[in-house]
Parts: sequence; structure tokens; C-alpha cells
Amino acid sequence: MRKFEILGSKDTRSGFGAGLLEAGQADENVVALCADLTGSLMMDAFKDAFPTRFLQAGIAEANMMGVAAGLAIGGKVPFTGTFANFSTGRVYDQIRQSIAYSNTNVKIAASHAGLTLGEDGATHQILEDIGLMKMLPGMTVINPCDYNQTKAATIAIAKMNGPVYLRFGRPKWPVFISEDTPFIIGKALMLNEGTDVSIFATGHLVWKAIEAGHILAEKGISAEIINIHTIKPLDVEAVIASAKKTGCVVTAEEHQMNGGLGDSIAQLLALKMPTPLEMVAVNDSFGESGTPDELLVKYHLDSQDVADAALRAIARKV
Amino acid sequence: MNEYFCDFMRTVNELQTIATQVRRDILRMVYAVKSGHPGGSLGCADFLTALYFKYMKHNPSKFELTGNQEDVFFLSNGHISPVFYSVLARSGYFPVPEMATFRKLNTRLQGHPTTHEGLPGVRVASGSLGQGISVAAGLALEKKLNNDNSTVWVLTGDGELQEGQIWEAVMFSKHYKIDNMIVTVDFNQKQIDGSTGDIMGITELSSKFLAFGWEVLEMDGNDWNSMDTVIPQAQAKLGQGKPIVIIMKTEMGQGVDFMMGTHAWHGKAPSEEQMNNAMAQLPVTELGDY
Repeated sequence: MRKFEILGSKDTRSGFGAGLLEAGQADENVVALCADLTGSLMMDAFKDAFPTRFLQAGIAEANMMGVAAGLAIGGKVPFTGTFANFSTGRVYDQIRQSIAYSNTNVKIAASHAGLTLGEDGATHQILEDIGLMKMLPGMTVINPCDYNQTKAATIAIAKMNGPVYLRFGRPKWPVFISEDTPFIIGKALMLNEGTDVSIFATGHLVWKAIEAGHILAEKGISAEIINIHTIKPLDVEAVIASAKKTGCVVTAEEHQMNGGLGDSIAQLLALKMPTPLEMVAVNDSFGESGTPDELLVKYHLDSQDVADAALRAIARKV
Repeated sequence: MNEYFCDFMRTVNELQTIATQVRRDILRMVYAVKSGHPGGSLGCADFLTALYFKYMKHNPSKFELTGNQEDVFFLSNGHISPVFYSVLARSGYFPVPEMATFRKLNTRLQGHPTTHEGLPGVRVASGSLGQGISVAAGLALEKKLNNDNSTVWVLTGDGELQEGQIWEAVMFSKHYKIDNMIVTVDFNQKQIDGSTGDIMGITELSSKFLAFGWEVLEMDGNDWNSMDTVIPQAQAKLGQGKPIVIIMKTEMGQGVDFMMGTHAWHGKAPSEEQMNNAMAQLPVTELGDY
């Protein structure tokens, strides 16, 4: 099992803020909108650098999505910023009609996703957003795993044409992807080559998958760990190749089982190459208040849960 | 030298001829597929004829999605697609005969307007109500960022004003001093289930917009003299720091006697007998049927 150097502890939303500033410096067409959460989304640096290209939209997310669509029609590259909850469910019809169906070049930046939002509780801990967004035809869905990857993803999506849902989170989290790792939309990132089980992880759970890899290594199990930062379009070749090599699969994400990464991979494998598969995800329940670490343990999204799932998957191999 | 398609000298007679042909197009499209929304389309035929053939500086023969340096129109109440498609075709955005494909499989003229099939003249999908002013405000801001002095027009229904997003957009537009946009409300006081007053009152409409800090004008959208007075007044108020709304009284079903004075024709096609009756009231013009 490869050793990962922890390069720091930073929140992924700060990676977004840094990436947005850099994208804004690189392209004057990049504009940003925020629904009264500028500080939470770490958009202040962009706002200060480009005051005329930053639009405070107030607590009116539906209008913000429509305004972003209009800006994109004219040729701008708008990023909308609010919590993942208000970036998806609250404005689903606006995204569906004015952004996805109209194929407007809007980047939906969604922070505070998942249980690791913590103490604010289930009203804000959306666990359905990946499913909502991946169902929309033409929508690219990205859930980066650390500060550096979120920054790189933000810069990458500013350069592509088409609607994107970019999901990130609130807590400080280990930084382990090097700054110079290229971010290629739609390409899985191999983190550790292994032979006994494939672990496909996204977002904060990638670090938990790495910790699980060490737990498994102590038992003499060789885990292949692959970071799926782009849930849609899914890197079909990478998933099939790894599942074929190891013969069993675990998925890990901070999302409902229904509609998440695991659901995408299960569908792919069921259709192309049935393979034993275990999911680490929230099982049809809402979250609650607590610290991120407490919540990940209670809802069975911790590193030990990923390792246990790997053992179950391996036991199911024929 | 005018590179745009617009003609301020066009006479009322010429506009009337176009509007009559547009009404024929609306009914023929809806009748052919036994579906669609003739009532509101007929009511707005005069206004959209005035916009597309007289007042908007636009470029039908060289359609660009971005609408840079030209006036742009958004239809927020997308269900009145028949009138939209007719003025787009008749002003040159796409071939007139293509109207025969309305609502049929593989058409670019979808039931509600969309960019998805690439129909020139459409810049965003609409049909799910309440979204058009937000999108128009976004493009209007984009024009300001680009020092583009052209105007963004948007038409909404009056029943549509029951959607909450409308009022978010109304607040936003004032806050950002979006004074390069003219919103027109099709004030026909009817919606699918009945009169707007019975379904969900939207009373004191002028006062509502005034309270949000907008410039408010009122107009009769089925009266050429009223439009020739009020549209230039609205244009004269551009660039003065306030968004502009024209509350446009229209008659749903205007031009076909049995379709007027009722909400029944919001989304219903006529029978053969009704169609013959309607066509007799709207004789074919020199422009010819599609």
C-alpha cells in the first residue's frame, strides 16, 4: 500500500475559492454569483479582485440560476455559489429548464454537501444532490476529494463548455493530492494499484478509502483504490478494467446509496460485467447534528466501514 | 444604413396584414396537430408583430445565440409558442414552411420553445413558468458588462406572475438597475382554470411593480395606436437606472370572435367547423399560408 503524505489540512471550499480566483484571472468572462453565502463559499477573494464580475444575488436561489443562464447565453462563464442543498433541490426546475435542457454554460458550485457539514443538521446536509444532478441529461457531476483537487477541478470546469455541478464540503480535511496532479474531467485517478478488491471512492470518502487500504494491508489484502472525482460522465473503462482485475468492488461516498456513485457503478457492472459489489453510503436516511467525525462513524462511512465492506466483497468472489 | 431587421416606418396596415397572417399561422399550426395554445397566442399576435417587424433591432438572417449588439426577445410564457414561431419564421429566422412541423416528431418547433433542437431565434427553453425575467436580467447584465447598448425584451403571462421566482427577479432587477430590459406582462386576466382574479388574485399590479421601484407603463396590446405610443415611451425610459414594465392589456383569442371573452381556448384546438369559422374571420393575406 502506497504511503500518502498529508500535505496539510484544508477545507475543499477553500480550494474552490482559490480555483475561482485563478479561473477569473485567466479568463475575464468568468463571473460569479452568490446567494448570501460569500464567506461560506470562500468567494471573497474573487469578489475583491473582480467587483464588477461578482453579483450578490441575495437569498433568492431560483432567480440566481436564471440570471446565470442569461449571463451564459451572452457568453459569460458564470459560477453560482450556495450550499449544495440550495444548489439542487431548491432550484431543480430552474436548473433543468434554463441550464441543463438549454445547455447554458453555468457552473453550479455547491458547498457544505453531505454529513460532514456537521452541527447544522439534516436540513442542510443534503445527501441526494449527486442523484438529482446526474439524472439531468448533459450535466457533468464532479465531487473532488481534497483542497488541491477542488482547486484544480474549479479551474478545469471554467475551461469546458457546458453545465457542471461541482460538489464540495465544509470541514478541514487532509490534503493528499499533489498540486501538480492534472485534473482531467471524466478520468478516474488511480491512487493505489492492488489485486484483491477495487475501492471506488469520491469526495471526502477518498481519504477514508486510503485509510481503509492501510487497514486491509495489515491483513495482507491488496486494495486497488481509485478516485472517481467525475461521477458523470463516469470513466467506464477504468471501472471495468479494475473490476476485471480484482473481481470485486466497493464504492464509498458521502451520499445516499440511491442515486450516488455506487448506484452508477452498480448499474454499469450489472449491465456489462456482473461483479460482487458493496456500497459504503447512507442507507435511505437523513443525517443529524454532530461533529463530522461522529457522524461518519454513526452513519457507517468511516475507514473501518470501508475496510469491512472490502472484506464482504472479497468473501462474495466466486 | 441599417444592418438590422427593423422598420420604424412600417404602417399600421402593413403590420395588420402581418398580424392577420400570424393569426392564421397560429390556428393552422394548432389545428394540424390538434394541440397547442391558441388563446394567448392570438392575444399577443399584434404585440409580437410590432416588436419583430417594427421596433426590435435584430438580425434574423444571421442568428447568433449570444445576441451581442442586437435587441433580444425572451418568451417566458413558452406555451404561446405558436405566435412566437410564426413571427420568427415570418421575420426570417427559419423557413416559413417549417411551421408545418409544429409539435410533430423530430421537429425543431417543439411544443414549448427550446434551444435543444437548434431552432434559430430561441435562446433558452421556456414553458415551466416564472423563469424568463431572471434569464433576461442575466443577459441584460451581460450586455452592460460588454458595453452593449441594445435592449432585452421579455414577455410573461399575467397568471405567470403567481410564480415566486418572478418577484425574486423583479427585486433583483431593481437592485442592479437593469435599465436595458423591458418586461411586458400579457394582462389578459385569464389562465387555464379561469380568470386570474378567481384563481389567485394579482390585483394592483401597477402598484406592485411601482413598490419594487420599477417604471410602469400601461398599453393596449391589441391597439396599434396604443402600442405606437407606449412602446416608444418605454424605449425612451431605457438607461435611466430603472427596469421597465409594460402592463399590456390583451384579449385572449383576439381576432376570432368565439375564442374571445373566455379562458376556454387557453390550450385547446378548434374542431373542423370552428376552424372553418375562424379562417373565414381571418382571410389569407398577400403573405400567403405556410
